[in-house]
Amino acid sequence: MRRLLRSRLLWIAVLVLGVAAVLPLWLSAYVLGVLTAGYYFGVFAMSWDLLFGFAGEVNFGPTFLIGLGAYTAAIVNSRLGLGIPWCVLAGVASALIGGLLLAIPALRLRGPYFGLVTLVAVLLLQNAIVIFAGVTGGEIGMTVPDVLSLSAVTNYWYALAFLVICAIILFGLSRSAMGLILQASGQDPMEAQALGFNVTKHKLMAFSISAVFSGMAGAMLAFYMGAASVGTLIDISIAVQIIIAAVLGGRRTILGAALGAVFLIGANELLRPLGQLNTFVVSALALAVILFFPDGLLGHALHRKEAK
Amino acid sequence: MTGPVRLEVRGLTKRFGGLVAVKNLGFDIRAGEILGVIGPNGSGKSTVMKLIMGIERPNAGLVKLEGEDISRWPSHRIARAGIGIVFQHSRPLRRQTVLENIKLALLPDSLWRLAAHPEVDVNARSIAERVGLGAVMDQVPSALSFGDLRRMEMAKAIARHPKVVLLDEPFAGLAAVEVAAFSELIKRFRDEGRAVLLVDHNVKSVAALVDRVLVMCLGENIAEGKAEDVMSSEKVRHVYLGGKLEHVGRREETSNAQEHLLEVAGLGVHYGKAQALEKISLHVHEGEFVSVVGLNGAGKTSLFNAISGLVPYAGEINFRGQCLRSMTAGAVARNGVVQCPETRELFGDMTVRENLDLGGHHLPASSRARQLAWLFELFPVLEERQAQMSRTLSGGEQQMLAIARALMMQPGLLMLDEPTLGLAPVILQQLSSALEKLRKTVKTTILLGEQNVTFALPHADRIYVLEHARIVWEGTPQRFVAEMGAVYFDDTEAHPCADLQ
Repeated sequence: MRRLLRSRLLWIAVLVLGVAAVLPLWLSAYVLGVLTAGYYFGVFAMSWDLLFGFAGEVNFGPTFLIGLGAYTAAIVNSRLGLGIPWCVLAGVASALIGGLLLAIPALRLRGPYFGLVTLVAVLLLQNAIVIFAGVTGGEIGMTVPDVLSLSAVTNYWYALAFLVICAIILFGLSRSAMGLILQASGQDPMEAQALGFNVTKHKLMAFSISAVFSGMAGAMLAFYMGAASVGTLIDISIAVQIIIAAVLGGRRTILGAALGAVFLIGANELLRPLGQLNTFVVSALALAVILFFPDGLLGHALHRKEAK
Repeated sequence: MTGPVRLEVRGLTKRFGGLVAVKNLGFDIRAGEILGVIGPNGSGKSTVMKLIMGIERPNAGLVKLEGEDISRWPSHRIARAGIGIVFQHSRPLRRQTVLENIKLALLPDSLWRLAAHPEVDVNARSIAERVGLGAVMDQVPSALSFGDLRRMEMAKAIARHPKVVLLDEPFAGLAAVEVAAFSELIKRFRDEGRAVLLVDHNVKSVAALVDRVLVMCLGENIAEGKAEDVMSSEKVRHVYLGGKLEHVGRREETSNAQEHLLEVAGLGVHYGKAQALEKISLHVHEGEFVSVVGLNGAGKTSLFNAISGLVPYAGEINFRGQCLRSMTAGAVARNGVVQCPETRELFGDMTVRENLDLGGHHLPASSRARQLAWLFELFPVLEERQAQMSRTLSGGEQQMLAIARALMMQPGLLMLDEPTLGLAPVILQQLSSALEKLRKTVKTTILLGEQNVTFALPHADRIYVLEHARIVWEGTPQRFVAEMGAVYFDDTEAHPCADLQ
């Protein structure tokens, strides 16, 4: 406990949370809306970091899991008319099952092939949605009958609470015995096995957890936006943004990934007046951080003394 | 003193492509016994360890732990069944403390046990104390000395309470004081009734520690018994030390060239905390054949890597009067310093011909064809195998291909790093005569790194002896036989199997 109180990370988190909690007092509905989306992206990025930073597997298709969650929730809502909690649950289940179907064969592969399989999965999902346009709304996307709330402030609270709960769980997992085994499996799988750990089993677990949180956040995001579409949830460019956010914030920190996501979404909005240049500037910024602080922003702040 | 048989190995065989790394090997280890598996670099002893641990799959044979065949089990299951390994190189968790690294080894293989049992912390602390890490428990591994890092690996093995402990060269890179401390730790394994398999290339350093020794050469068991018996056995001495020393010799024209083609001065190389080379100075004349002789781990590969610009170094390296420091590894190679690495680095999925063409891709077509014809004359077997995937070649053929590919680059200086590694005597003969032919037909400057003295000596104009990161002797082969021969050959330090016949 004493160590927890002394940890720099805890105080950074409390400070950030305090600022986030008072923001609705003076920010406009528009800015709150941007932050709300940023918080959901934060959960995407944290789930991704659990898999990459800890288990050492690069998942190029986080949006496969997000898309499964969001679209399942949206379809269940519009077709069956179930309430939002049930739809989110259905989204989680579908992301988990889809994720496992993908990961079980993919984790048998070594090296870059796992990443390639996940990348292909995104393209497959994207195509499936377009092909089954009758159910999914195809390229235009689909609207959901129910929304979380019409009030920007309420939506903001939902998103913030969701982010905080996910952050506590994911961060807790990363610091638990499981996180230790995962890191060992990611860094030196041969030695992890020689210590008696079934590396595949643990990586599969990490993938499942990542799928559950990605699917849940995807479903929540769909109900926040009142719609699900390929362009906002599944497209490869979204996947790339999530990856950049996690790396930007700091690999293997979980919390850094959330910061990175909010920063990235915020910067995108802030620089919108630049027009076409916007994406360019944000990308250049991300590139600079990755080149000069490979441990990411939070990683750099926490582990400055760590030898490479 | 010893108990029942813990580990039983029968008919173990492992092939890598055309290379037989382990051939029909069998042995037992009893509870409370230390078996030393000794053999030169490339004899297959590390592969044996990996086969037992399930990291590699055997092609044939049995590995029984307390009577149960575990030879096809996955590694983690073998580990849970009671076999622990201490790797020579490992990557600890960098962000966690030493204590947490030890705790890792104490955790159950469970997905649901999120909080470690409170006993884990207590146990981890007592293990840290036992191996002498008490003072640095809360440090991160990067703050540890080399010896302490090895202690941490030892601690992880102890934490697993293994019935059988596999130790991969536990003394490599350790100072004398630490060797003694590690010997104590290993003896304690024995006293606790564990079976210990210890792999080392040096009989002498483990003779006092082990109960029995098994000598491996080219994947086969060539002798087994008490350390002193094995060391004094005629057969082992013959096989281990090789036949009589011979100097084929090149005479005249060499030493009159005063110009140094390669000049190395005050070279130092560090890997983190380990010093690989210390104040090395040597030179090579144009057209000279210089051998650098030293045991596995003496620093030969580091020397070559520094010259090739592959590792950072202190000191000066000049080639044809040009300082190599500011050049990239690619530029060094283009300048004519070509290394033929120990690991061969062939493109396994390309044919023999494609590998050779890649080596000569900078040559104009006509001279490439000429070079190729000359190399095929030098290594006729490569001509026969032109269309074969290089991965499927035997070890000796792969080595010839590696040398031929390096020669395609028309090197000003050819550096051969342990070309004899893991090769059968008959291949050594072929390689040796090819080298001789090479030197007779074309003026080539060669720097050879070898632990096999009988291979290194015959061609050499001059010899350097590298020991523990330093050059300890320099001279002609004739003087080597007279002066170093006694030191090197009356002492059963690791020298590879030279001529078996």
